[in-house]
Amino acid sequence: MSLEEWTHSLQDMRQQAAIAAKVFIQRDYTNGTVCQFQTKFPSELETRIDKQQFEETVRTLNNLYAEAEKLGGSSYLEGCLACLTAYTIFLCMETHYEKVLKKIAKFIQEQNDKIYAPRGLLLTDPIERGLRVVEVTIFEDRSLGR
Amino acid sequence: MLHLRVAEPMRECEYSQISTRSSTPMETPYKKRIPKRRKWQAFPGRNKFYCNGRIMMARQTGVFYLTLVLILVTSGLFFAFDCPFLSMQITPAIPVIGGVLFVFVLGTLFRTSFSDPGVLPRATPDEAADLERQIDVANGSSSGYRPPPRTREVVINGQTVKLKYCFTCKIFRPPRASHCSLCDNCVERFDHHCPWVGNCVGKRNYRFFYMFILSLSFLTIFIFAFVITHVILRSHRYGFLNTLKDSPASVLEVVVCFFSVWSIVGLSGFHTYLISSNQTTNEDIKGSWSSKRGKGNYNPYSYGNIFTNCCAALCGPLPPSLIDRRGFVQLDTPQPITPTNGITMYGSTQSQSHMAAATPLLQSEPVILTDEAFLPGRTSLGGPCSGALPLGGHPTPPTSTPNLSCDNDMLPLRNEQSDGLRHHHTDGGHHHFLTPEEAPSPPGMLPCGSPLGHSHTIQGFYNPASQDSLHEDSVRGLVKLSSV
Repeated sequence: MSLEEWTHSLQDMRQQAAIAAKVFIQRDYTNGTVCQFQTKFPSELETRIDKQQFEETVRTLNNLYAEAEKLGGSSYLEGCLACLTAYTIFLCMETHYEKVLKKIAKFIQEQNDKIYAPRGLLLTDPIERGLRVVEVTIFEDRSLGR
Repeated sequence: MLHLRVAEPMRECEYSQISTRSSTPMETPYKKRIPKRRKWQAFPGRNKFYCNGRIMMARQTGVFYLTLVLILVTSGLFFAFDCPFLSMQITPAIPVIGGVLFVFVLGTLFRTSFSDPGVLPRATPDEAADLERQIDVANGSSSGYRPPPRTREVVINGQTVKLKYCFTCKIFRPPRASHCSLCDNCVERFDHHCPWVGNCVGKRNYRFFYMFILSLSFLTIFIFAFVITHVILRSHRYGFLNTLKDSPASVLEVVVCFFSVWSIVGLSGFHTYLISSNQTTNEDIKGSWSSKRGKGNYNPYSYGNIFTNCCAALCGPLPPSLIDRRGFVQLDTPQPITPTNGITMYGSTQSQSHMAAATPLLQSEPVILTDEAFLPGRTSLGGPCSGALPLGGHPTPPTSTPNLSCDNDMLPLRNEQSDGLRHHHTDGGHHHFLTPEEAPSPPGMLPCGSPLGHSHTIQGFYNPASQDSLHEDSVRGLVKLSSV
């Protein structure tokens, strides 16, 4: 490869952080169809992040989803009110689930900014993957000079 | 020397370029020239979208228009011909109540038909590859023979539930989800595909469906009762024949309502039973939680008491749509570079695993699809949703054979449709290797034959004997109806 080609390819690489791997945290169905993710620590992340930290993140996520799908007085009230207004009420206000989803999006953003990005990782909001997986993107570790 | 000089600027931008926002905006000028498409335009399932993605329906909507016309015409005739007399003779509350019921029926019908039933989006290529890798590791992949069907077992509330792998969507289906062959989507908490509403009935629109059939039952009974009242009252005054001459529409209404009442009310009863026991039509027909399957067999999803089950199904939180129809198609995350020595082999293995994914999947696809797709497709016929509003002795709705023959060009499947619930083993003669891009069927471009050219309803699909006694009667009644 000539010098021009090599510097050109390096410039390309510099423009985008290169993905080394993706890890997928699958759903945990042991409690039924509620949205929960497995807290098992994937081996690919061992070198990048603390196990406790990661499990804490997933556990908080699970709690947030449980809150969204909780059956209780307030959700029943919302359901009945919606039925009585022929569901037109959702044209003006958003559902409880949607409110919690916004909270989750903020939480993930926060976690990425504070914890994951400095370690070369990126969490993808599960809603963008149809609530099937939590996608963790592992970026190449350039500090090793490769 | 050169190497060292270049390494330094690279070090300072190690991780700072990671965008922590999950959706990367299009930045480079090249990308701005491509017109933005909405996600519904690139949707891989067999659905129709209207109003720029706001409305979502199945591909066959003919029967839905029939339902709509029947409701509108019958109600219209009622308001035009019977209500004036009734409001004067009895009370003006009759057209008012009728009007409220009518509006509620239409509202719930539209809500059921136009909303997303709970479609699961298909796996991204990365996910599919990752799953493939996991499955290969678990099975100890051998190239000689067809790999066994892919299942995962999970214990839910003490019951062992098998999660099946969906070859079309490339995911392990969550419990209670099923793949609808007519819409070519996996749907969460799949109940059945209802041609009368022109959509699947699943997690997100089941309550609207139930409200629709319940309110339609009331409306049908209401109209039936008051038309009879009208005819009787008028006959007292003017004689029966004169009444028929003055109000011929009443006869039509009575006929339509008479046949509808049995099927719609029966259907409402059946679904009331399903809701109170927290089962789906799919599970009920398969007898998944029937005590006849085994002593320890029970429904792990039931909350234990009828009240909670009903509240959960009807008043529980409404999950949002997972497919984001009106969002814009984003470019993928940064492309993996071709690795040099020593770096993790993600980029290079990706394309290989795609091909590896395509090959074994297509080999074993017919086995699962014939089983899974059979039920959702057939349920709409032998199931409770048939038999409603039969006209002229043709009760069977048009859709029967699942459109498997159109899916992924698997033509040999067409001959195997009529064989019922048995598993089919491929002869290994039709290995049609599609590239991964071709595999998910693009919307509206399937090389299908005429969708109406299907075989008619299977006989004996229902096995009432395997159900428990509580709803045996209603099921038998519906089976009789469907053969009317």
